[in-house]
Amino acid sequence: MAKGESVPGSDIPAGGFVQLLTPDGERIDSVTTADGATYSVDFTDEEYRGLYRDLVTVRRLDTEATALQRQGELGIWASLLGQEAAQVGSGRALRSQDMAFPTYREHGVLYCRGIDPIMPFGLFRGVDQGGWDPNEFKFNTYTIVIGSQTLHATGYAMGVTMDGKTGSPDGEAVIAYFGDGATSQGEVNESFVWSGVFNAPIVFFCQNNQYAISEPLERQTRVPLYQRAGGYGFPGIRVDGNDVLATYAVTRAALDNARNGQGPTLIEAYTYRMGAHTSSDDPTRYRNAGEVEAWKAKDPISRLKAFLTKQKVAKKDFFTEVDEDANKQALALRERVLAMPDPQPVTLFDNVYPNGSPEIDAQRKAFIEYQASFEGSGH
Amino acid sequence: MSEIITLGKALNHGLRRAMENDPKVVIMGEDVGKLGGVFRITDALQKDFGENRVIDTPLAEAGIVGTAVGLAIRGFRPVCEIQFDGFVFPAYNQIVAQVAKMHYRSKGKVRLPIVIRIPYGGGIGAVEHHSESPEAYFAHTPGLKVVTCSNPADAFSMIQQAIASDDPVVFFEPKRRYWEKGEVDLSAPLSGAFPLHAARVARPGSDATLLAYGPMVRVALDAATAAAEDGRELEVIDLRTLSPVDYPVIFESVRRTGRAVVVHEAPGNLGMGSELAARITEECFYSLEAPVLRVTGYDIPYPAARVEEEYLPDLDRVLDTVDRSFGW
Repeated sequence: MAKGESVPGSDIPAGGFVQLLTPDGERIDSVTTADGATYSVDFTDEEYRGLYRDLVTVRRLDTEATALQRQGELGIWASLLGQEAAQVGSGRALRSQDMAFPTYREHGVLYCRGIDPIMPFGLFRGVDQGGWDPNEFKFNTYTIVIGSQTLHATGYAMGVTMDGKTGSPDGEAVIAYFGDGATSQGEVNESFVWSGVFNAPIVFFCQNNQYAISEPLERQTRVPLYQRAGGYGFPGIRVDGNDVLATYAVTRAALDNARNGQGPTLIEAYTYRMGAHTSSDDPTRYRNAGEVEAWKAKDPISRLKAFLTKQKVAKKDFFTEVDEDANKQALALRERVLAMPDPQPVTLFDNVYPNGSPEIDAQRKAFIEYQASFEGSGH
Repeated sequence: MSEIITLGKALNHGLRRAMENDPKVVIMGEDVGKLGGVFRITDALQKDFGENRVIDTPLAEAGIVGTAVGLAIRGFRPVCEIQFDGFVFPAYNQIVAQVAKMHYRSKGKVRLPIVIRIPYGGGIGAVEHHSESPEAYFAHTPGLKVVTCSNPADAFSMIQQAIASDDPVVFFEPKRRYWEKGEVDLSAPLSGAFPLHAARVARPGSDATLLAYGPMVRVALDAATAAAEDGRELEVIDLRTLSPVDYPVIFESVRRTGRAVVVHEAPGNLGMGSELAARITEECFYSLEAPVLRVTGYDIPYPAARVEEEYLPDLDRVLDTVDRSFGW
């Protein structure tokens, strides 16, 4: 098996990537890259089963969300289908003190942070725009403008340094999530510049899912994305984003380098968006079924299942129980989503400013009076 | 201990005081460190507070404001310097889409006490992008507060108040007034200062109300002095806060004088004057002796330096417009 090198005709992209679990479920003990870094994992059977449970659960919750959208219960949904390993691997690599800056698709990372999966559904149902405290959950609010959060993550990471929280194994690290399309944004490039210059304790985690809505990777770059890091003066590495073990190993190492004061790393998690960009998208207009089928063969869950089965780490009962548990969680989530109340209209004037504004107060008052004018009039 | 100092020096003193009072205050921008900023507003602050608190940043405005957001999430109080008005636009996305909205998006759980300082306005003989007045873009954006000072005493207190505020504040500095001097009490406690979001009657009068802010307050005051020689008493209101506007002070004045003239450097079309005229008309309709009139920059890109004096509202244009109001 390739040690981070390309194999002509194989499924591995030119230039290679770090892979510890093949699509057939074969385990690779360790991978040493050209710069001498060695990646491996040393999981217990329980931990392997835990990762499998994570993957199945986040996919099942995602499937439920897609169904809820189709039934008109969510305004829109950004599915993570196909990207479970990239999100679970990196999410589980985070230590409790680490801070994550997601896009709007990191439901799997959110789940791995131990956050109630209902949290982002207010946004997708249209009853709020997030509404959570990033510091409470060590997980920033979803950011919809592509790439903007990479600068927030960089500033936060600068603050970690300024607070003296790097340079030791219990230091803090920051992870910024974004996609292949975001790498074209000026702000993302600025965040690379800044992180390099200030040696910020940050990991840039790019899920290259091959498409920015309809535009293929070739429209964003003419070099492999991970190679861009060199121009900014920090290491870049590509990992098989459908391999939860490799993703975990690479992310954990990069985060630990960051917390130890060794600065940023760019990780390109090479994966595939199996579903649409969002529920509003129609991918059949821009990619063919054969391509999707080929990626299906590299599914992150089936390869781990094959490995667990072959190694006798888990048996049929376990897989059945995980499916049933995920199903139960999905149905519970559905009920809670359906029970989410619409916000009171008057609350739309709340929280514009921490200190308020007499102008907003006057508009709120007028709005209340206007609403009251309909009372009893049959409207 | 009152001192006669320039507006620029007053800002410098105000920044220093804010940094002394709160270790979470950090200054970031291009050339703000060793150089002290191209206008020297941050002069000597890096020397005294260190490179961690006065940060010379890479040359990227979106980066300045975007990283300030992250720092603020972590509990810092960043003061960003945008070197010139016309260079704010690379940061525009971060300001209007992120800084302005995080508090609302998070249902009040994230406060971003960020101050974005922007030297603005013309009259300094500069090249393109160095003389603009982009305040309306920001005043139009919910979630931002926008203020501007017109004199050294206000500069000293207002910059401290802006930094102490938990609201994101865009702080416009009238760059052509940086070198104008005035009396500033550097020992005055901030608690006793005139409120940040309040307009001030800069000169009382009874015959018409001139509404101005930032660099145009001086022009309006000069116009009032000249008009007084002709027997007209113009009241000059220094708006100071552009979002929110302190309307009660304005309405009280216009109801008394019956006439209002708004003066600003920015183009007139959909500028601050448009909103002020609409609101005054709505609230003071039966007191008005004439329509609200505006003296503004023209609806053209800011012109070349050799003709900028024709573009900028000056004493004569203000007096001419006051005449038009009285001739209605």
